[in-house]
Amino acid sequence: MASFETTMEAGTAMNETVKDAAASAAAVMPVGHETKISATKVSVFYGEKQALFDVSIDIPARQVMAFIGPSGCGKSTFLRCINRMNDTIDICRVTGTIAIDGADIYDPKIDPVLLRARVGMVFQKPNPFPKSIYDNIAYGPRIHGVAKAGSQMDEIVETSLRRAGLWNEVKDRLREPGTGLSGGQQQRLCIARAIAVNPDVILMDEPCSALDPIATAKVEELIDELRERYTIVIVTHSMQQAARVSQKAAFFHLGNLIEVDETERMFTNPRDQRTQDYITGRFG
Amino acid sequence: MTQHIVKSFQEELDALSAKIAQMGGLTEAQLSAAIEAVSRRDSQLAERTILEDQRIDALESDIEAHAVRMIALRQPMATDLREAIAAIKISIDLERIGDLAKNIAKRAIVLQNDFEGANRLIQGISRMGRLAQRQLKHVLDAYSSREAQAAMEVWRDDEEIDAMYNSVFRELLTYMMEDPRTIGVSTHLLFVAKNIERIGDHATNIAETVSYLVTGEWVADERPKSDTTSTTAVKAES
Repeated sequence: MASFETTMEAGTAMNETVKDAAASAAAVMPVGHETKISATKVSVFYGEKQALFDVSIDIPARQVMAFIGPSGCGKSTFLRCINRMNDTIDICRVTGTIAIDGADIYDPKIDPVLLRARVGMVFQKPNPFPKSIYDNIAYGPRIHGVAKAGSQMDEIVETSLRRAGLWNEVKDRLREPGTGLSGGQQQRLCIARAIAVNPDVILMDEPCSALDPIATAKVEELIDELRERYTIVIVTHSMQQAARVSQKAAFFHLGNLIEVDETERMFTNPRDQRTQDYITGRFG
Repeated sequence: MTQHIVKSFQEELDALSAKIAQMGGLTEAQLSAAIEAVSRRDSQLAERTILEDQRIDALESDIEAHAVRMIALRQPMATDLREAIAAIKISIDLERIGDLAKNIAKRAIVLQNDFEGANRLIQGISRMGRLAQRQLKHVLDAYSSREAQAAMEVWRDDEEIDAMYNSVFRELLTYMMEDPRTIGVSTHLLFVAKNIERIGDHATNIAETVSYLVTGEWVADERPKSDTTSTTAVKAES
């Protein structure tokens, strides 16, 4: 509990806060939850412009961590560092280290394509391939050589769709195009596609912002089930969603990580005034 | 505190606070009237006080409905959530204080006819009543100014009321043992004193709620308690 106090006092000094926030994240981690992803002093530059400043955070295994903050605060930028999606942007430069299970993912020996199989991603708008439902799932395992066509592949497709809670809805129409499904079903298809290659981590960038409340509830229920097996990091603009689905939450503001804490604490009694102003909808 | 981006939400929060202040003011007035009715043995004042309690009850339901509606429609977070929860909790304590004041007023009416030589006791009980009034005033001030420190002073000062209650309790026991004819009056006075002591407890509840509202943490310590009457026994001398 001692680190709680320091965090509160360091509220005004940015660097202190960030450092202590990371420390308190480690301190309050429940027994049995080892750190899955550990970021140290991560900064991101787009050309000359710095988008992220010295972010250090530990993300626990098999929990849901929510990133919240106003638009342009750097939360999506940081999320995209975790599977090196930023590599695809030419002018983007990342400094600092991000380790998954202790191994630096920016190590030159790491193949980003293999990394992205371990760290799956689900986007804001459902983006199924223009292929059949079956092939949407089978595509990843096929190119990664996880399974060959046939009964082994059928099994992966079924397991993935079951885990994504979609199997009963689509089992009779696996050969129909994935784009013919409803928005909510498409999003769960994308989640099924991500888990088909056996990832450790699933990143979600506002996965429900294009969905109606029922489809959102289904995805949230799915997230809750998936955290038994996977470490999930979700970026969301909905405070209520962050409160509902996550066990831990991190608040970003102007490219800085302001506060990391248990979600419950964050939404009842945040330590930093900026967090308070943001989540309650006040002028900062 | 900075203002909400959504003005109507800010207005609802302000209105909720204003209702608690109004209810608090009413409760203070009721307590003061009830104590007055006892010390002056004024049965008209007592009657009026009993009727006035309805207004406190009505405000309690109003505040509860207001807070519930706000939780359902606005989904308040952090300090706003605590405002809603605190309003509900404080209104419950104030309503109980109102009931206890009403009960004191009722007993003031009974004390009318049968009153010889208990003046000194009444004085002691009035003093206790004024102490409870002071505690209630201070904790409501702490709520209005959102000061956790001031609230916790009320919390600690409750011991004083407990101590006074103990001495009133013992004194009444002595009277009753010495002269059985005083038992009727003394029993009513005992209830009046107990009611005041309970009002003090409700004031400390409000103090805890104010502290939670401001700091976000519930008071962890056990409050120092000095009411020992539950374990006091008297043996008649033969």
